[in-house]
Amino acid sequence: MLTIEELTTDYGPVRAVDHVSLEVPDGSVTAVLGANGAGKTTLLRTLTGLVRPSSGHVTLAGRDITRLPVEEIVRLGMAHVPEGRGVIAELTVQENLRLGGMWRGRDAAPPAEIYELFPRLEERRTQPASRLSGGERQMLSIGRALMGRPRVLLLDEPSLGLAPVLVAQIMSLVRKLADTLGLTVLLVEQNARSALSIASRGVVLNLGRVVAEQDPHKLAADDRLLHAYLGF
Amino acid sequence: MTAVRGALRASMLLRSVALVVVVGVVLLLVTESLSSYRNLQLADGAYYFCVLAGLTVLAGSSGQISLGHGAFMAVGAYTVAKLGNAGWALLPELVAAVVVTLVVGIPVGMAASRLRGPYLAGATLAFAVGLPALADKFPSFLGGENGLSINPPVPPSSLGASFPLERWEAWIACAGALVTLFVFYNVIHSSIGRSFRAVRDDEIAASLVGLRVGRRQTLAFALSAAAAGLGGGLLAVVTQLAQPGAFPLQLSLTLLAGVVIGGLGSLWGAVWGAALLVLLPNWTNDIANSFSLSTSVSHNLPIAVYGLVLIGAMLLWPSGIQGGVRAAVAAVRPRVAGRAGRGRPAAVSEAGAGESPVPVSSDQAASDEAAKAPSER
Repeated sequence: MLTIEELTTDYGPVRAVDHVSLEVPDGSVTAVLGANGAGKTTLLRTLTGLVRPSSGHVTLAGRDITRLPVEEIVRLGMAHVPEGRGVIAELTVQENLRLGGMWRGRDAAPPAEIYELFPRLEERRTQPASRLSGGERQMLSIGRALMGRPRVLLLDEPSLGLAPVLVAQIMSLVRKLADTLGLTVLLVEQNARSALSIASRGVVLNLGRVVAEQDPHKLAADDRLLHAYLGF
Repeated sequence: MTAVRGALRASMLLRSVALVVVVGVVLLLVTESLSSYRNLQLADGAYYFCVLAGLTVLAGSSGQISLGHGAFMAVGAYTVAKLGNAGWALLPELVAAVVVTLVVGIPVGMAASRLRGPYLAGATLAFAVGLPALADKFPSFLGGENGLSINPPVPPSSLGASFPLERWEAWIACAGALVTLFVFYNVIHSSIGRSFRAVRDDEIAASLVGLRVGRRQTLAFALSAAAAGLGGGLLAVVTQLAQPGAFPLQLSLTLLAGVVIGGLGSLWGAVWGAALLVLLPNWTNDIANSFSLSTSVSHNLPIAVYGLVLIGAMLLWPSGIQGGVRAAVAAVRPRVAGRAGRGRPAAVSEAGAGESPVPVSSDQAASDEAAKAPSER
């Protein structure tokens, strides 16, 4: 269970996240939607400690993690797949994956289950990450996050710049991770339709505030709301 | 033969041992045939290699800069001098030099891990300027401006009474270089080296996979300081002297220039850099002498030539001499492989398999690239 209480983050005079409270139950997929500048990415960055909140609390499995350093938060089971993927370009696919398990002291080759999820990565395991396509980088980044056996997976715009076929693939994979591994997923997306299609719950942010929080089917059907905040 | 090749490919440790043995045998044979003067030059090159190998891992893999490695050499040299005069044997002396420099390197590395870019350069520069000046502050302990002199190392009697001292010094320095080569070969190719590169490439991504960025940088700094300490210790053994004048700011700067010209991040680059550090001053002296230039010109010629070589190397080979060598090899290899390919069809099909993905996924990759292009640029 990931609990966010009255979380507020400021960039100087600009309030990016404004008193956001959310409860993310174990094994659920929560889609966080919103237009550009709604505070979605800042929310994720605050959760992993890359940005410090001005006030509020984040609790992971009963422990207050608000002020911990990034790597400690990661080690407690919060995996963050950043926008732009953050793969290490000069290392090979396999070396990137190993990096994800390094803090757990497992520098062995990635376990078969990672390659089962991403057969494409196995084909390209000896190639440098710089040679991967955007979709493959996204898979590598998610695969690397899974190497740390996280409880919570934060995904920042995984569909960004991907072809529709790949977006569908990534989305069904996210659902599968939640169902089979019991992973708790916070999925930040601009691509509202595909995110809501796999979510257990939808949250809409606008100017840093939660403006709607409900069942994904109701949200997807609410044209007025989507139009107002997401520009459909 | 294929079994040996397979074993070498499988085990990094085996590969590094093989490398050290081969290089060691070559060096042994070379020292037999060199003159005393050339053996001394080889010894100089060997201790420079120790320092440059550490610096190339620091600057190339971990992405930190240090203008203070001359000071770490001074720490190693003074440790060897003090202990040598206290009657220690050679090996424990050198081990102590490494340990003491490592201990000094850790706090400096901790400070360095919090600094970036010009601030890191400035702080390490201050270290390079400040530390050798300590010798003046404690003249009775560190010998002041004149430094501490040491007795020359004595070749073991089993080598014969007429064994030349210079060859023995070359052996000592080369042994140190081989140990350094072994350690850093394994560091670069292990998970530690990968974590260094991850931290350099993307600190945020590194911390998001749970790596403690500051500790990794401190580790890289301390390791490279220890190597510089070994290099400095060997310098003291070879020159039989530890004095502040041997570790001016200029030394720290030329060390950094050496790894950059040689090729950052590569141990081969450190070899080229070390050769350059030894040979370049010699050549410029020869030039100065043959043109019978005045002393004020000839004294400053090496520095001017360094500058020119640095500019020239950066224009010709932006990734250093080793980068240029690699590019040259890559340019020649396809032709060679094409000629040899007829005899070895297996190698060709292996390479072909890597390049041809399954049809479905290649379509996806292509459409994916097409979709990425407008949104990211």
